[in-house]
Amino acid sequence: MKTLRSPGLWLPLLLVAAFAVYPLITGSASTRESMFTVLMSVALASSLNILLGYTGYVSFGHIVFFGLGGYVGFYLIDEQGWHLFPAALLGGVAAGLLALLLGLSILRLRGAYFALATIGINEAMKAFAKQFALFGGPNGMELNFAIYRGYGGANAALWLVFWSLAVLALVVIFVSFKVKKSKFGLGLMAIREDEDAAEVMGVVAPRAKTWAYVLSAIFPGMIGVLFFFKNGVIEPESAFRLHLSIELLVMVMLGGQGTVLGPALGGAAYQSLRRTLLTSPMFRDIQLVVAGVLLLLIVLFIPSGAVGWLRSRWAALRRVLE
Amino acid sequence: MSQLLQYLADGLLIGVVYGIAAMGLTLIFGVMSVINLAHGPIIALGMFGVYLCFTVLGLNPFIALILVAALGLLLGLIIYIVAVHRVLNAPHLSSLLATFSVNMIIIGIGTTIWSTSFRNVDYSLGTLQAAGISLPATRVAAALIALLVTGVLYWFLYRTRPGKNIRAVANNRTAAELMGIPSTRVLALSFGIGTMLAAIAGGLIGTILPFTILSGGVYELKSFVIVVLGGLGNPLGALVGGLILGLIEGVIPAFTSVGWVPVFEFVLFVLLLLLRPQGLFGAKK
Repeated sequence: MKTLRSPGLWLPLLLVAAFAVYPLITGSASTRESMFTVLMSVALASSLNILLGYTGYVSFGHIVFFGLGGYVGFYLIDEQGWHLFPAALLGGVAAGLLALLLGLSILRLRGAYFALATIGINEAMKAFAKQFALFGGPNGMELNFAIYRGYGGANAALWLVFWSLAVLALVVIFVSFKVKKSKFGLGLMAIREDEDAAEVMGVVAPRAKTWAYVLSAIFPGMIGVLFFFKNGVIEPESAFRLHLSIELLVMVMLGGQGTVLGPALGGAAYQSLRRTLLTSPMFRDIQLVVAGVLLLLIVLFIPSGAVGWLRSRWAALRRVLE
Repeated sequence: MSQLLQYLADGLLIGVVYGIAAMGLTLIFGVMSVINLAHGPIIALGMFGVYLCFTVLGLNPFIALILVAALGLLLGLIIYIVAVHRVLNAPHLSSLLATFSVNMIIIGIGTTIWSTSFRNVDYSLGTLQAAGISLPATRVAAALIALLVTGVLYWFLYRTRPGKNIRAVANNRTAAELMGIPSTRVLALSFGIGTMLAAIAGGLIGTILPFTILSGGVYELKSFVIVVLGGLGNPLGALVGGLILGLIEGVIPAFTSVGWVPVFEFVLFVLLLLLRPQGLFGAKK
């Protein structure tokens, strides 16, 4: 119960809950869709943060877990007639297993080599999915519309997916906080600061890194299933989109890597910025340029992100923001 | 048999061109440990540079390359000063994201100006026939120019003062500074040369294949694979890596569907990173 009273936990939880409740108040499908994107970004960025922010390993191709989970779940729902929930769980398990396998091998690489390897894995999976007949090859798979009937119609299914995602986002934040406050998390942060020194101090680095990797992969796997179930279509290009992967890095960076609130804030801020740019007549054509310039300014001048900056600026905030 | 020879020759010719794109990437990494994620868009800019010189100014594409190379060098210097210099000593993520933001800016401007429709440089020098295989002369010319560029780069790095400075800074920046080498200028120059090579490679590919402003991404990924094949930071390794990749691309379609090529490439890439991260030929460390 002590953890629940800590503002470092309930502030981000409250933020996420606010995003989840907002469409309930307006009741409109378009707010639900935009809040879905926000919640998805928040949850994905927060899970990436477990590896990137706490452990200091830059996973450039993290979206591979989103794509793989999405494919496995989609296959189970579409071809095997599973319900969404067990399929989502299994999507998460598949992503976790891949991370476990990879963790035992590529986590030996450090710095730039690791970042390059994750890009390679994402591209290899994309190319593989294009060839794999069971997953529909280059055209991917399309959900039979009749499946939504089992959930009480398409509209009810969309709300169900939205609520599942909201719960998942809350769970991710909770896990992220728990990890940060645990001895395991302390080990991860020691690895981030100096891996060799951490090993000397008794952190079993390969094991700790692998579990951080698995933990940060499970949630994207589950979110992938929810997203593609809602989408109704899955294809290799949209499942393993490297660009989305890099957008996640930007979100984490924007909010503050290594903090609990940061990725949640960053994800929400990035998505609302993107929406504003895309809908404004002045910036619509050059939204990528504006986003690029902003990213550059943040990287150059506020590398610790919004939350990191606030924490270093006002000491009193250090007890409130985690 | 002659079919296989044809595949081999096609693969080798394009492989040399891939090689110089990768050489730019590996040079920048070797000197300042920065993975330049703006490499792809710069390759695409090289393509458009040649395309514009050819269609607007009516220049011969291979002459236009000189102009493209000069502009590439200049662009590299600007990118270094604006985006890279401040993050050189920051963690990896910072330099990756800084160069990626340059990538977004270039792609954003490029799509606004040129949209994402396909272009091609409609230029042909006829076909060469030899030993039962036929080769488009533009491909042969592109490969020869790529080899020439490699030769010049080697002469520059090993025989001239600025080139030796670059190698010294790559070897040990602090020691080089103590010896009175102006490291900031050398770093900027190496970044400029790296982007220049990307622009030249783009220009050469542009004379061979159709392209869009987004095409650079594909070649950027290929460059990663090649760089790892040859050893990060090893320019000659990059050329050999390019040849190997070209061979893989040329030969695999002879046995199975083209779609398996990238699977094979990236699995090879990850395996190499794991088993021989110093590259097939061992980068200088």
